[in-house]
Amino acid sequence: MNTNKDNQGTLWEVFLQKKSGQPFIHAGSIHAFDKEMALQNARDTYTRRGEATVVWVVPSNCIVSSTPEDIGSFFDPANDKIYRHPTFYHIPDAIKNM
Amino acid sequence: MKSEKELEEIFEKKLNNNEFIEPKDWMPEKYRQHLIRQISQHAHSEVVGMLPEGNWITRAPSLRAKLVLLAKVQDEGGHGLYLYSAAETLGISRDEMLDALHSGKAKYSSIFNYPTLTWADIGAIGWLVDGAAIMNQVMLQRTSYGPYSRAMIRICKEESFHQRQGYEIMMRLALGTPEQKQMAQDALNRWWYPTLMMFGPPDSESPHSADAIKWRIKRETNDQLRQKFVNQTVPQAEFIGLKVPDPNLKWNEEKKGYDFTPPDWEEFKRVISGNGPCNKERLAARIKAHEEGKWVREAAAAYAQKHKKEVLVS
Repeated sequence: MNTNKDNQGTLWEVFLQKKSGQPFIHAGSIHAFDKEMALQNARDTYTRRGEATVVWVVPSNCIVSSTPEDIGSFFDPANDKIYRHPTFYHIPDAIKNM
Repeated sequence: MKSEKELEEIFEKKLNNNEFIEPKDWMPEKYRQHLIRQISQHAHSEVVGMLPEGNWITRAPSLRAKLVLLAKVQDEGGHGLYLYSAAETLGISRDEMLDALHSGKAKYSSIFNYPTLTWADIGAIGWLVDGAAIMNQVMLQRTSYGPYSRAMIRICKEESFHQRQGYEIMMRLALGTPEQKQMAQDALNRWWYPTLMMFGPPDSESPHSADAIKWRIKRETNDQLRQKFVNQTVPQAEFIGLKVPDPNLKWNEEKKGYDFTPPDWEEFKRVISGNGPCNKERLAARIKAHEEGKWVREAAAAYAQKHKKEVLVS
C-alpha cells in the first residue's frame, strides 16, 4: 500500500452537446492530468453510446457557483417582476397570432 | 447565519417535498457519512465486479460473445467512475476511497467473492446479478442526493443491455444440448442464493435501513426489493426450462408473490467479512492493478508539469 498520497490527477467537469444546435449539458466529472487526457477520459467515460458530437472539459476549480444560502437575495431581483411574462397581458380572443 | 436547528428544518422540508439535496446544501453529518459509505461501496462493487467477468474475456466462446463481454466490463468500469465522482462531491477524495478498499476497510458487494467456473456463470451474472443490481438502481434513481441520482439514471440506461445479454447466454445454453442445459442449471443453482443476498440483510437486522429510508436515500427496503426480484425472476427461469433451486418456492396468491427460502445469512456474514471463496484473490487483483498503474500516473503528472512550463515560456 502506498503511504505517500497517490496522485490521481485533478477534477474536470464534462459537458456534452448531443447534436449541433443543442445546448451543452453537464454530464459529470472525471480525473485527468492535462487537457488532452481530460478530453479522452471524458469521451471514454461519458460517450460510449453516441451521447455527444462535441465534448467540453473544464477544470472544476474554474467553475464559479452561486450558493444555496443566497438563493433568496441572489434571485430576488427577478422574483417580483411578473410583467416579464407574456401571460401578464390581457389580449382579446379575437386577436390572432400574438 | 441560520442555526443548526433551522438548517435541519430546511433539510427535512426538502426531503418531505421530494426535492433533491445538492452538494452545496447544508446536510446533517450523518447523512453525509451514510452517503459516502453507500456510494463509495457501490463504486467499489462496480470496479471489483469487473474481475469475475474479466476472467472469461479471453475464453469467450465466440467473437460476438467476446465483444459483448468487453463492452459490458468497460461499462462497469465507467459506472465505477460515475459513482466515485458522485461520492467526491461529498468531500472525500478518490485516494481515500481507494485506500479504504485496498485496506479492506470499505466493503463491496459480497456477490463478487464467488468464482466464475463456467461460461454459464457469465450468463447467470448478467441475468441474475445485474438483474438484482438494476432493481436496486431503478429505485436509487429517485434517491434524495442529486449527484447520486444522476449517476443512477445514467447507469440504468446502460445496464439493461447487461441483463439481456446474460439472459441470452442462459437461453442459448438451456435450449442447447443436455450438457449445455445442465451447465446453465448448475450456474443458476450456484448463483441464486448469493444473488438474493445482494439486497442486504433482512429488514429486521439491517443496521442502516431505517436511516436510509428516513432520508429517502432508499425508497424500498431490502426485503421488499428481494421479494420483487424473486417475483420477476422465477417466470424467466421457467420460460427457458430451468429450475430455481428452492424446494419451498411457491406462489402465494394472497400476497401476490412467491414464498421462498431466504439465503443463508451466516454465509453472507462470512463472505462480507472477508472469508468468501475469492475475497483474497479479488482484493489482491485490485491492489496489483492499482500499483502497476502507478508509473502511468507518475508519468502523466510529470508530462503535464513539463507541458505547463513550456507553455509559460513560449
